[in-house]
Order: sequence, then structure tokens, then C-alpha cells
Amino acid sequence: MSPSRSYQAGGRRVVITGIGVIAPGGIGAKRFWELITSGQTATRSITFFDPTPYRSRIAAECDFVPEQHGLSPQELRRMDRAAQFAVVSAREAIADSGIEPEQLPADRTGVSIGSAVGCTMSLEREYAVVSDGGRRWLVDHSYGVPALYDYLVPSSLAREVAWVAGAEGPATVVSAGCTSGLDAVGYAVDLIREGSADVMIAGATDAPISPITVACFDAIKATSPRNDDPQHASRPFDKSRNGFVLGEGAAVLVVEEFDRARRRGAHIYAEIKGFASRCNAYHMTGLRPDGREMAEAITAALAEAKLDRTEVDYVNAHGSGTKQNDRHETAAVKRSLGHHARTIPMSSIKSMIGHSLGAIGAIEIAACALAVEYGVVPPTANLHTPDPECDLDYVPITAREQRVDVALTVGSGFGGFQSAMVLTGSGVRS
Amino acid sequence: MSAFTLNDLITIMRRCAGELDEVQLTGDIADVPFQDLGYDSLALLEATGWIAREYAVSLPDDVVTSIETPAELVAFVNEKLDRAA
Amino acid sequence: MSIAAITGVGVVAPNGLGTAEYWSATLNGTSGIDRITRFDASSYPVQLAGEVSGFAAEAHLPSRLLPQTDHMTRMALVAADWALADAAVQPGEMPEFDMGVVTASASGGFEFGQRELENLWGRGPEYVSAYQSFAWFYAVNTGQISIRNGMRGPSGVLVSEQAGGLDALAHARRHLRKGTRLVLTGGVDSSLCPWGLTAQIPSGLLSRSTERGRAYLPFDAAAQGYVPGEGGAILVMEELEIAKAGCDRPIYGVLAGYASTFDPPPRSGRQPRLRRAIELALSDAGVVADDVDAVFADGAGVAELDRVEAAAISAVFGPYGVPVTVPKSMTGRLFSGGAALDVVAALLSIRDGVLPPTVGTGRPAPEYQLDLVTGAARPGTVRTVLVLARGYGGFNSAVVLTAPQV
Repeated sequence: MSPSRSYQAGGRRVVITGIGVIAPGGIGAKRFWELITSGQTATRSITFFDPTPYRSRIAAECDFVPEQHGLSPQELRRMDRAAQFAVVSAREAIADSGIEPEQLPADRTGVSIGSAVGCTMSLEREYAVVSDGGRRWLVDHSYGVPALYDYLVPSSLAREVAWVAGAEGPATVVSAGCTSGLDAVGYAVDLIREGSADVMIAGATDAPISPITVACFDAIKATSPRNDDPQHASRPFDKSRNGFVLGEGAAVLVVEEFDRARRRGAHIYAEIKGFASRCNAYHMTGLRPDGREMAEAITAALAEAKLDRTEVDYVNAHGSGTKQNDRHETAAVKRSLGHHARTIPMSSIKSMIGHSLGAIGAIEIAACALAVEYGVVPPTANLHTPDPECDLDYVPITAREQRVDVALTVGSGFGGFQSAMVLTGSGVRS
Repeated sequence: MSAFTLNDLITIMRRCAGELDEVQLTGDIADVPFQDLGYDSLALLEATGWIAREYAVSLPDDVVTSIETPAELVAFVNEKLDRAA
Repeated sequence: MSIAAITGVGVVAPNGLGTAEYWSATLNGTSGIDRITRFDASSYPVQLAGEVSGFAAEAHLPSRLLPQTDHMTRMALVAADWALADAAVQPGEMPEFDMGVVTASASGGFEFGQRELENLWGRGPEYVSAYQSFAWFYAVNTGQISIRNGMRGPSGVLVSEQAGGLDALAHARRHLRKGTRLVLTGGVDSSLCPWGLTAQIPSGLLSRSTERGRAYLPFDAAAQGYVPGEGGAILVMEELEIAKAGCDRPIYGVLAGYASTFDPPPRSGRQPRLRRAIELALSDAGVVADDVDAVFADGAGVAELDRVEAAAISAVFGPYGVPVTVPKSMTGRLFSGGAALDVVAALLSIRDGVLPPTVGTGRPAPEYQLDLVTGAARPGTVRTVLVLARGYGGFNSAVVLTAPQV
């Protein structure tokens, strides 16, 4: 019998044993957690380029100096900013897990990195060079930098992380738009459960704050134009919200088979109990108002976790701050959790660190794991006057101390993708 | 005479968002809601972006949600053009 | 546990539109590699490609979809339509949450992206299309296919360069195992625009030959790189028992085994991991090396990569131990579409009892010790096939396909 068949019968469990985060407002999981529980926001006017010609001129940028994180000049030349984020977060996660890199079993360690837009920043920068600032359709190949193919195909992100971890098991990039982070970690859970790996370095990264991304969201008026008040521009569930604020960052987790983690005496943040994704099959950017697909994903994730909806203690919302999303999501959570939806906190950390596209799903998993760990629910900043159609408990302004045994995190993305993941603390162990 | 006609709009819609097989953009469609013509908000965003550029008019953010029919959009654009002139 | 049967295939390839045309060309050794026609490539060091010719999107898709889709998404939508028709599946008649979509991607809608970058940089932000926010991104084919066919079940998008096509199929199988009834899966790619070709050239793996019959020579001593191509395949995967219940519908075969591994960094002194991927995939399929009737190799056409692949094949099957073929020698490498197309070719080999040839390569380099199918198609019983795909940077994936159990 093959390993995968025997393992599957055993019902392998999957836990998070290491966390690394790069988010706007601070580098490292500790600084990230301090920020999102303080209710401070890290959104500001764009500094990476002159945003004057754009409709939305706000973003949540990371003050990230790669040289301070041990990246060599050679690595910097090779790696897009998203790859740099992934590598630095992966190193933090592995160190946090207490595993010495040489102790990782190479053949049994895999990599699953989510990213919505890959190496778009480097691609755009290099495009401007070879096209002479957009003047040539027949671009000049002789100006192509050596790393250009790494930027073209973003599987390079997984390669960089695999090299950091010495991983020789299954490796891939999961790129499902704004659910990439959730889907990448969900993929890692699948691989451990089926026995293809014992440890997965899993998470997501995106560094999309470049002119083309800002322009494409301008074109569909999805991002907030609250340019005179950038600190308060990301306003999920607030009546005055007018779009999301573009962000960047990464979260990488050490995701490990439970028995292995227990044997080595690892600190376990949380168990990943259930994951599911659904499509709306409706529209590339639009959402059906009834939220049925997200509700289906939530219900399926809870079923996989063998948990009742009344056991959910906290919902980490997608909460992007667009008119459409926040109502859709409120409907989906009500639809799936029923009356219980009204009794539990549901917050959006995008109010503080913006929406880093594919990365945010992994960052929000990290937030859930830390909420379980510390018994604190991060707030939704900037929520002063709720939209009457968004009538749940969104934990406005201030964090709340509260035991979290079961956390649900959801994501929604272009393409119609809806994903949900259920995490539990030590209080809920099957 | 209007600077922006229904025919101009139809040409732009075709270019920006194609044509539904079951709906021909001919005859009297001026008062048929865009939605019934098969044009969603994305198609209207693409088309109004085009109009804003080519006719050098500034259209408000909510134009795609506040305007329902081709006739309304044509009138709205002409009003903007008159004001700019 | 459920068994993943492939019940429909849709092909858009440089040497044939549709499965019949592709397969007939492939068995005849007809190549789709030729001079690049989509743009004037005379100033580029790479001038040959496997372009899909004769594909008129407007003949197959509603005009409403054309302004918002890149060329590769149009091909993917048509391949999906053809695969569903081949499987005699009417998606509208199935419960929508029981159908999912998993595709591989490598570079997204790159030509669309180049146009919008040109609009932005050459003219200004207000010239950027409302469709840019999704038309270029890696997830676009999965999203558009799910919308067109009303498939609301689980989804997925995997990027592991050429290996992604096999990774997508394996992930589709996971969805079946969790209870989804049908998954559309595979990959279709294209980055044959000036910016796309320019971004491929620095890999150093592209052939600079202008001789169309000699440009891409997998396992040849004279191998000098590969020719890039476009296109790919979409497959319908269903649980075997459900597929069997579909009366007289054909079942092409079963995805019986899969594994993937990742190579250690260059100069680490550690061994490449392709061999392990092969062994794990055979084990997952519950077969041994002797059961395998043919290997559809990755066949990079780059000496260093060919050597590693040949060594892995010989280590598992013995020198000259199994027939090996590389039909992509007739299409070029199709990135996320390549492995999906190889899977289709392998399934058709099982169906027809014949292995397509590797063209260009006259005789494989003797040091590789490979029984490479060259010259002409080779008839014989084919019941179990190993398909290999390797992604740039160290991704190794292997799939075992078996004949449908009668």
C-alpha cells in the first residue's frame, strides 16, 4: 500500500507551529500583532512612486529594508519584492517553530506559497526599461535582466522559499487571486493529511503597490479615493466606506503534522481543522448579493472540521471595505452561521493593514492563530457608523479580550473565488 | 446637434464590451436598461472610461450605478460636454 | 476511495485544433513549430515558436467575452467547451456545487498585460482597461471557465511552470476524493507577445536555431534548448463509478498515481529529486516499474536537464528499459499547458495502442541509454503510462495513467 493511502486512513491532523509575518506597520509577527490589536492603522499616501495622476493615492506600504534581513546583493538582484517578503517571513516562521533548518526532513518538507500577482512590481519596472517607457510594442530584448524569467513565472516564489527551508518535497505556488493565501495554506493541509509531506512551509506574499496595479483598480473604482485622509481610508462595514486600500506583505507558516509536532515538543499555535473553497460562477469582479458561495465554503469547512456552527467564537472577515463586499460577506456569514452570527465578534484587519491581495489570506490566518494564542480579538478600525445592511458585531475601534477556541477566516476574490478556513485552539481537540 | 450620439455610444459599447448574441444593438434600444442589453457594471466602467478619455469629459464615480439606459448616458455626456464648451 | 477517471479532453495545440486534428498530426510526426507570425520577431534572438494557428475565437465564443479576455483565456474556454462536449456532459444538468475547476498557469494573460502596460506607460493611467484587474492574472482561466459553465464547486490555480499541468490534475483528484463529482482541469498558456518572449529569453533555455526541424531536439547530443509554444489541454475528470454510470460515454483512463518533489539548489552537492517523484508516483498508483508501458518525458532539450531526466528514467526502469517519447517536440514547450497536453497524448496512446514519435531527434545521445521513440509512431499495447513534467527552478511532477478497468 502506498504511503498516501495508509496515511489517509490514519486521519492525520495539521497544526501551525511557526509564524512569520511582514505587514504594513511593522516587520515580524510580534510587531504585526501589536499593531492590529492596538487599533492603529498603517495606511498612508503612496510613497513608492508619484501617485498624483491616480484616482486612489493611498496604500498600506511596508517599511522593509531587505538588507537588514540578511538578503545578499545577489539575492536582491534575483528576487522581486514579493520573493523577498516570502523568504524573510519563511525564515522567521522556521526560527519561531524551534526547528533548526537542518532538522527539517528534506524529502518530507514541502512548500506552498500563495500570490495573486506574483512578481508584478519587477515585471513592470523591467517592462518600462525594455519598452522605453511604453513607446515600443516590439520591446528591446537586449535590456532584459537575467532574472526576468523568474519574474514572468512566479513559481520562483516557491523556489526561493524551498531553498531557504531546504525543502525537497512537493512545492508550488497557488495563485487564486485574493484567496491565494487561504488556498495555499489549504493546499498545504491537504498534502500533509494525504501523507505527501510532514511539514509544509506555507503562506502567501504579494507586493502589488506599483502603477499598473493602482491603475487597474482605479479603472474599476475598487480602491478608496479618500486621499485627504489616508489613515482612515480603509473603513470596512462603515457606512462611509468607499473602496479598499491596497496593501502589501506576507505571512508564512510552519504547518506540521500533529504527532510530529507533539513528539518534538513544539509549541502549537492552533490546529487547522477545515478548509473549503467555492466559486460564484457569476462574475469576474461582482458578487451575488445572497453570499451563497461563501456560505457554502464556510459550511463545508465547518463540516470538514466536524464542528457545529454554534462553536465558532470569532470570524476574521474578508472585510475589504468595498460597498459590495461587506454586504455580501455579512449575508454569507448570516446564511451559514444563522442566529449565531449575531452573537460572535467578526472583524476586519484590512481596516489597519489594507488589502494585500493574495497575501492577506495568509496574514489573516496568522491573525487567527494569534487570536487563539492570546485570547484577543483584533478590532475593525475606522468603524464609527455601521452600514445599516452590515449589522453584525464587527468589534469597532478597540480590541477585545476574549477566549477564542474556534476561529473562522474567510476570503473572497476576483474570479468569483470564496474560501473559508477553520482553526481551533487546544480547548477543542478531537 | 448633439456632440455625442446614441450611435457613438453603440459603437463604443461594441468595442468595449462586445455584443450579446441574443440582443442586437439596433432598433430602439435607447430606453432599454443596460442590464437588459447584457451590459454589466464592468462593461459600463470600460465604456465610460473610454468616453471620459475620448471626449475629455469627467464622469463621476457613480455614473455606472446611477445611469440605467443608453438614452440617459447620452444625455448625461452631452450635458457635460455643453458645460465644458 | 474514489478513482479519478478522465472522460473528456479538449485540445488547442500548435499542431492541431481539437483532439482529432492534434492526434493525427502527432502520430504522423507533423510539427507545429514555425517562424513566429504574431509579431515581427526578426530582431529577437529566438524566432521559432509553436503558435496555435487558425484559432478564431469569435467563431467559438460570444463577442461579449472577447474584449475582457487574453488570447490564452479564449483558448482555454474553447478547450473547456470541447472537453465537456467530448464527455457528453451538460453542466447545466448537474448540481452546480458538484462541479469544480482547477487549472495551472505560468504567466497569465501576458499579451493583454503588455497592451495595458503600454497604455499606462505610453499614454497614462486613464487608458488602462477596466478588465486589466483580472484579464492578465494567473487565476483568470479558472474563474472564466467556472463562470461560463456555471461550476460553483471547489477551485484551484497552481503555478509551478511546466510541472503545474500535472499538479493541477492531482489537485482535481483531491477534490473528487472529497466528494466533488466533476472537475475541469488542465492548463492553457501563451506568452508569445514581444514582452512575453523577451521575458523568456533570459532563462537561457530557449533554442536560438532558425531551422524548424532541428531547433528543439530532446535527448539529442545536439540539443540546444527548447522552442516556446502556446496552447494546452483541458480535461474532464470524474469519479470512475459515476463516469461508468454515464452509459456509453468513453473513459480515456484513470489518474492512478501522482507525486511531486523539488530539487535542491544548484551547487548544493545534493541529488536531483526527479527519480524520487517517479518512484512515489508509481507507489501511489500501486504499480511497479515493469508495469509501465511508456514514459512521456519532460524532454527539455537542454543537455543538463536531459541528462538528469534520462538518469532518473534509467535508474527506475533500467537502461533502455521502457519506451520514452516526447510529443512536445512537435509543439514546443507550452508551460502550464504542456503537461496537460502530454496527458491527453498518453491517454490517446492507451486508447489506440500506439506511441507518438519524438521528432527532430534522430537518435538520442547514447550516454542517455534511452529507448526513445523516433522516426515514426510505434504500435503496441499501452495500458500504463508515466508522464513527467519539470518546472523551471526545480519542480518535478510525475503522473501515472492507467487504462480504464473494464
